[in-house]
Amino acid sequence: MLIKKIFLAAMMLVPAAAFGESAAHLDHAGTDINNQASLQRGARNFVNYCLGCHSAKYVRWNRVGADLGISEEDLQQNLMFTGGKPFDTMQSAMPHAQAIEWFGVAPPDLSLIARSRGVDYLYTFLRSFYADASRPNGVNNLVLPNAAMPHVLADLQGVRTARIELVTHDGQATPHIVGLADGAPGTLSAEEYDSFVRDTVNFLDYIGEPVKAKRQSMGIWVVLFLMVFWLFTYLLKKEYWKDIH
Amino acid sequence: MANEATSAANGGGRMQALLGWIDERFPLTQMWNEQWGKYYAPKNLNNWYYFGSLSLMVLVMQILTGIFLTMNYKPSAAEAFGSVEYIMRDVEWGWLIRYLHSTGASAFFIVVYLHMFRAMLYGSYRKPRELLWIFGMVIYLVLMGEAFFGYLLPWGNMSYWGAQVIVSLFGTLPVIGSGLVEWIRGDFYISDITLNRFFALHVIALPMVLIFLVVAHLLALHEVGSNNPDGIEVKKNKGPDGHPLDSIPSHPYYSVKDLMGLAFFLILFCGVVFLAPAFGGLFLEPPNFEPANPMQTPPHIAPVWYFTPFYAMLRAVPAFFGTQIWGVLVMGAAIVLLFFLPWLDRAPVKSIRYRGPIYKVGLALFVVCFVTLGYCGLKPAVEPFKTLSVVGTVYYFAFFLLMPWYSRIDSHKPEPQRVKYHAH
Repeated sequence: MLIKKIFLAAMMLVPAAAFGESAAHLDHAGTDINNQASLQRGARNFVNYCLGCHSAKYVRWNRVGADLGISEEDLQQNLMFTGGKPFDTMQSAMPHAQAIEWFGVAPPDLSLIARSRGVDYLYTFLRSFYADASRPNGVNNLVLPNAAMPHVLADLQGVRTARIELVTHDGQATPHIVGLADGAPGTLSAEEYDSFVRDTVNFLDYIGEPVKAKRQSMGIWVVLFLMVFWLFTYLLKKEYWKDIH
Repeated sequence: MANEATSAANGGGRMQALLGWIDERFPLTQMWNEQWGKYYAPKNLNNWYYFGSLSLMVLVMQILTGIFLTMNYKPSAAEAFGSVEYIMRDVEWGWLIRYLHSTGASAFFIVVYLHMFRAMLYGSYRKPRELLWIFGMVIYLVLMGEAFFGYLLPWGNMSYWGAQVIVSLFGTLPVIGSGLVEWIRGDFYISDITLNRFFALHVIALPMVLIFLVVAHLLALHEVGSNNPDGIEVKKNKGPDGHPLDSIPSHPYYSVKDLMGLAFFLILFCGVVFLAPAFGGLFLEPPNFEPANPMQTPPHIAPVWYFTPFYAMLRAVPAFFGTQIWGVLVMGAAIVLLFFLPWLDRAPVKSIRYRGPIYKVGLALFVVCFVTLGYCGLKPAVEPFKTLSVVGTVYYFAFFLLMPWYSRIDSHKPEPQRVKYHAH
């Protein structure tokens, strides 16, 4: 009981201010959009765990297939659970109105979430759920306090608990969440779960800008070409200007 | 056109006949020679003199990429955000065109700021180039409008709230304020209607004004002639052919030199376009990858980096007498002051090479102050940025308002009779 009281007090005393979005420490995601195996695993994770509620409405299935080396048959058999054509975009199966009824807010479209929030944010967010009986769905999140999203990966990670300690500030001791502790275990070990999340976030990074890998590899050649071109313009200028004294 | 003119001069048969036919009906050769081919520019122009031609190149690039963006963009609140993503994902090479345009906007301000700083280094705004400077300042003003209107078009959340903040500045004007804001928006809030008119202003009205002003700027330049790093008038020493002794025809000399400058610029520019188009959130801000949401303010609203020095000034001034207008007036005055620069500067010499220590130190501090203000404008209004903004604002105004006094008492070195040029 005491724990719960302290816990509730903590929730009331330290909302967004104590560990609001910017205050939370973000872990380094370590994703790599050139790692195709990771992106394929991420795509699998995404359609299994995210797409039920979230859409990625600017992302075309066949573009994902082409970029990630997945054939259209494989796409339709293993990833496109709700049917549709390969040139369709990734729509969520959940009706918008019902989503608002269930969660109070429609789950955001994830096409650009990695661009607006950053991969480190997403990586940390998906690993920062903890049990909180005061929340409607029984969990809270350190990165996004009072998030409407339930811990959909709980069967994989298990449910962690908040470590609360009294922190003295200006002579007043108040309960603060100082970190998370392991609770009920899930089917994945901590390392396995981290790499599961890393793959998923890597996929989100990819769909944020599908052309990114191509753009970067192309960019090196463009810059090298321009350097050679500059050398010729330099020699041309020198040739003309040698008359000027 | 360059090749036509030269090959024609060498007597190249059919081409020359065509050119003659045109020249009898339209002053093509004459215009080419007056504006570039036989426009004599001082031979000692240094690396600071690339930014004029680069500004022109960026303008051309913005217009060309803008045309192609317009082919796929939809200026409606319901479709704008999605159409930009359509360009980024589904339009063939759309991502490149969009990144060229978005990076081009920042590049435009970088080259224009360096171009203006060049004028401050060598006194290029001084008599007889006052009008040239004023045309340039109007270009700068219109460019700010162009950038502001364009920034709303992706209809991201920062677009939306940035426009909201800037438009509401007009609301601080007494009496007409709220009516004016409503008139600008065409609605009671930033809406589909606002987006539509900003689109019209961004793709038609301001580009046309900009092109007209650039033509006027170039005509004025080619009339009075270019200044140079020594800040002396080359026209005082003319040769028997009537051209200044220290000047050379722009073509081919500055054609090839500006080409080299363009190539160097493109290395850096394409490096950003291909390898870091968001430029760490400075050129494309993360909150702008969320669609405009009138119900949700981004945690921290800041304009794009090129406006932040003035935004910091706006925030540095506190509200008193129950109105915020003082900050708006200070921000406006900061830009209006620049128009008067030719008359604020009373130094007997133009170039920094021959000016005294007061101006040299003053200008160096001015650069520090402008960059600091820009940095503070990106940050939330907390300490130490608040104090720094106030200090920066005071220094900015002191630099210009005290100029008539300190530029006169400052020591100076004698100017040379002829420009300094070391052939290499």
